Amino acid sequence: MSTSSPFTDGLATGVLRYQRCADCGEAITGQRFACTTCGSPLLAWHASAGTGTVWSVSTVHRAPTEAWRAETPYTLVLVTLDEGPRVMAHGVPALVIGQRVRAQAVTLAGTALVRFVPAPPTGD
Amino acid sequence: MATPRITGVGLTPFGRHDGSTALGLMAQAAQAALDDAGLERGAIDGLLCGYATTQPHLMLSTLFAERFALRPAYAHSLQLGGATGCAMVMLAGDLVRAGRCRRVLVVAGENRLSGQARDSAIQTLAQVGDAEMEVPNGASVPAYYALMAARYLHETGTTEADLAELAVLMRRHAMAHPGAQLRTPLTVAEVLASKPIATPLKLADCCPISDGAAALVVSAEPGPCPQVVLRGAGQAHRHQHVSALADVLACGAGEAAQRALVEAGIGQPQIGHLAVYDSFTITLAMLLEEIGIAPRGGSAAMARAGDFGPQGALPLNLHGGLLSYGHCGVAGGMAHAVEAVLQLGGRAGERQARPATHALVHGDGGVMSSHVSLVLTREA
Repeated sequence: MSTSSPFTDGLATGVLRYQRCADCGEAITGQRFACTTCGSPLLAWHASAGTGTVWSVSTVHRAPTEAWRAETPYTLVLVTLDEGPRVMAHGVPALVIGQRVRAQAVTLAGTALVRFVPAPPTGD
Repeated sequence: MATPRITGVGLTPFGRHDGSTALGLMAQAAQAALDDAGLERGAIDGLLCGYATTQPHLMLSTLFAERFALRPAYAHSLQLGGATGCAMVMLAGDLVRAGRCRRVLVVAGENRLSGQARDSAIQTLAQVGDAEMEVPNGASVPAYYALMAARYLHETGTTEADLAELAVLMRRHAMAHPGAQLRTPLTVAEVLASKPIATPLKLADCCPISDGAAALVVSAEPGPCPQVVLRGAGQAHRHQHVSALADVLACGAGEAAQRALVEAGIGQPQIGHLAVYDSFTITLAMLLEEIGIAPRGGSAAMARAGDFGPQGALPLNLHGGLLSYGHCGVAGGMAHAVEAVLQLGGRAGERQARPATHALVHGDGGVMSSHVSLVLTREA
């Protein structure tokens, strides 16, 4: 990626980052200029613990680019992090919705990314 | 205040039109709409254009105006993904109602299939995802919809065979329309056996990429054709990216439809005809069910029961929808509105459904991100 941002810079060093509102403490999905709960523009990036729950999962067979075609089939997931935000990432095969997962840094198709692997349940 | 009416429609066949251009296709549909409305070029005082990925011009509307020999008093293009067509009709209605324009030409078209490599089209479309948080994962529009579909199936008990039923329905309708891109018979078993794209979606759950164009004339005055009035419209925009879709059971479609129905002053039970966006089978299921036309997980059962056929209680996308008439971008979503106008006016020939007074047209853009609903009404 040619772009640089707290999120992609984090991935480059193996850290999954998310935004949190400095005023009300709400954790934010995506990257925004204002808090979705209180509207405050004071959002700060934090490192996620990397644990969460699979919200959805799909195995991709038709890749959008030549670089990704070499990786097919690959698993994409939407994971709800324990901190609250939802993120898109890779997953190991055979993950299911509701499964507890943890993030690992991975480089795929030349890009620093996150791949989720099964994690032991937290018991809560 | 003038009541906005749709007095003319134009729709090209969809499919592969080798050698076509976005502007050429737009001109073809626009000419057909003007002829249908019985209008000369000089009568058009407003022009709304969609966008074309094969013709990424800064000023597509005035480029088209020059090429099509129009001199409108009001013009611009509009971008809202698959909801663009419905949004343009809504805006055209507001321009007429406000007295800003008397006759607005709404047009879009694109050589999306023949004008570029398939990979190029897929990569362009993938950019509706977040450039840093989604696209770098090797994601694409089918993958975004697949992630949404997997969650929707999980929450509602909808099965892949249920989704397949909707692809079969659209194919059955397309077989009755000579302009449709995909007209060979299709069975549920064939949909389920089609090659995997991104689970749970298979090739036959996805619309094709097409060349084509569509146009409508929205006017303050009645035209020569049966009167179809734009009686209500509504929008809702809750998220852009699938990651930010908080709840697959509340993407905004219900909110947009409700706003349109309230403006029209009618209840949903009075709707007798449907034209609903169907980029993927999951799109159609989610829209029908969130708007409340079908119960959750129940749209396939209604399709099986014949409710959505020409003689059913709620005829749906009788041109074959995006899934089988085809999808050339903005005009793909406009084809639904064109068909609804023809059906309400009793002008659909062999495809003609049983008479209806009110039609609900719904478009969605992005990943169920932007929603625009229209209520069209046949006036006696």
